[in-house]
Amino acid sequence: MSYAGLRSLLPKNDLINFAVLALILVVVLPLSLDIFRLNLVGKYLTYAFVALGLVLCWGYGGILSLGQGVFFGLGGYAMAMFLKLEASSPENTAIQSTPGIPDFMDWNQLTELPWFWQPFHSLTFTVIAIIVIPSIFAYIIGVAMFKRRVGGVYFAIITQAVAAILTILIIGQQGYTGGVNGITDLRTLFGWDIRTNEAKYVFYFLCVFMLFLCLGVAQFVRKSKLGRLLVAMREMEDRVRFSGYDVANFKIFVFCLGSAFAAIGGAMFTLQVGFMSPTFVGIVPSIEMVIFCAVGGRLSIFGAVYGALVVNWAKTTFSESFPELWLFAMGALFIGVVMAFPNGLAGLYTKYCEPKVNQLIARFTGKSNDTSAELAPQMKTEGGNP
Amino acid sequence: MNSSNTDFVLAVEGLTVSFDGFKAVNDLSFYVDKNEIRVIVGPNGAGKTTVLDLVCGRTKATEGSIKFRNKELTKMKEHQIVRAGVGRKFQTPSIYGDLTVFENLEISFPRGRSVLGALAFKRDAEVLQRVNEVAGMIFLDERLHTRGDLLSHGQKQWLEIGMLLIQDPELLMLDEPVAGMSVSERRKTAELLRTITKDRSVIVIEHDMQFVAEIADKVTVLHQGKILAEGSAEHVKQDPKVIEVYLGH
Repeated sequence: MSYAGLRSLLPKNDLINFAVLALILVVVLPLSLDIFRLNLVGKYLTYAFVALGLVLCWGYGGILSLGQGVFFGLGGYAMAMFLKLEASSPENTAIQSTPGIPDFMDWNQLTELPWFWQPFHSLTFTVIAIIVIPSIFAYIIGVAMFKRRVGGVYFAIITQAVAAILTILIIGQQGYTGGVNGITDLRTLFGWDIRTNEAKYVFYFLCVFMLFLCLGVAQFVRKSKLGRLLVAMREMEDRVRFSGYDVANFKIFVFCLGSAFAAIGGAMFTLQVGFMSPTFVGIVPSIEMVIFCAVGGRLSIFGAVYGALVVNWAKTTFSESFPELWLFAMGALFIGVVMAFPNGLAGLYTKYCEPKVNQLIARFTGKSNDTSAELAPQMKTEGGNP
Repeated sequence: MNSSNTDFVLAVEGLTVSFDGFKAVNDLSFYVDKNEIRVIVGPNGAGKTTVLDLVCGRTKATEGSIKFRNKELTKMKEHQIVRAGVGRKFQTPSIYGDLTVFENLEISFPRGRSVLGALAFKRDAEVLQRVNEVAGMIFLDERLHTRGDLLSHGQKQWLEIGMLLIQDPELLMLDEPVAGMSVSERRKTAELLRTITKDRSVIVIEHDMQFVAEIADKVTVLHQGKILAEGSAEHVKQDPKVIEVYLGH
């Protein structure tokens, strides 16, 4: 790619944002936090994948999904199924009435591994499944909804219903899914113990690496014409349609992409936290994910990461002291952000900090840089009162 | 309704649409020639906008046929109709306020209309040249990097016309293009319409009879979903039925 092409894909401000985020995640946090806290940060970051997908779907495309937990869960469960099978070797499960199958299956009187568990013996299949299965599921929902021009609130409610259905299904089919407890007691990856501190470091950096990969994809999409089309569709869907575009296909694409991101996040979650359960699939976690995105700023891919970190950090801190108040605090936070800062933390940053940062850079480099023409399409921020 | 092939750009025959029994357009037939400027006038609720909606696929016809260059449009999807060469401007200016004038025009440029095409789309010399050319025609070449929602009402109308021009449609449909414009903007728009209507057919919905007389080759007067009169602007103005229901005495 030419230099000019690279510049248009990664303008100076975004480059700085990438660098700062990398500095924080790769250098500052690992050096300043103990492994317990760093592992928590890694867990928070798995939600950043979901928030990142929501930035593209909701912030750019105007498609609000209240069911991203579904895809987070599908990715997480796929990973957990692989790890569970490895943990359930005949030697490890010799005391069961049927050795060699996961413990919860044995408790539920299953005598052989169900067919859909079989392929999860293979890591290659699992890695592909983590991305492909949620994408196919999102594709089916997307085709069913967007081709019929279901959108807005109706779409949000349907995705929420899907989240509820999947939770009920997982809990109800205890013998196949581990039920309400989820899939627990995951031990090794190819014989390598995943519960050690060393493994936690490895998974943290893997998670950060995957996050940057997804950020890169998101940046490419948002800087392409497709990114501008999403903004256009959000505003004037009919105009886009009558400019010769099949609007539904673009919505399906971005919904699938957001789902794939969420699924990768789910898989990273399973690796770092060591289990997967229906509490990360349902309606409440799905709405929380939207809040991470809203707090970070629904038009900023970097905001999504900071939003996920800040809200989860607050959640951990608050719920340690006032567990029953957290949900109310979260609700208040969401209302507050939507009313006062519709563009979230990222909006505050662009309004108050970025001009100063640019001044500083201009002073150090000794030249004035014109970046205003490259700014991403913003919501009506300039002096706008919501 | 099995109509044979014709030389017309647009052949509408026996077109009927009924909303819960109410026939907004009732057994309507009209033909638009190549390079003709056709103006549709009529009182409120006559079905003018509905006719445009039917042609561009936004509303599905209950009965009848719409043929564009002998291709049946009634069974096609909106984006397919656009790709076949029919452009449509809405009554209220429909532009993308969060995008710049340049980006508005670029999105309408007829390339990279699939998902993969949009991802791979590049701003090459051809795109830049076309955008600049069209921006010049619609008097917005100085404002290429202005966000859409900062434009004045008239400029937004021009921008939407520009977005159609860049598609280079064979049939252009404009719904009240000068509504809400100042006198000077109106004059500029008339001039703009005259330049853009070369080499293409145009259907315009308009109320201002003076403006109509200025631009129209042929005028169709609609009333209650049916054609009341058709002919030159002069001819239509003299028609007693038209004076009765539309122009007033």
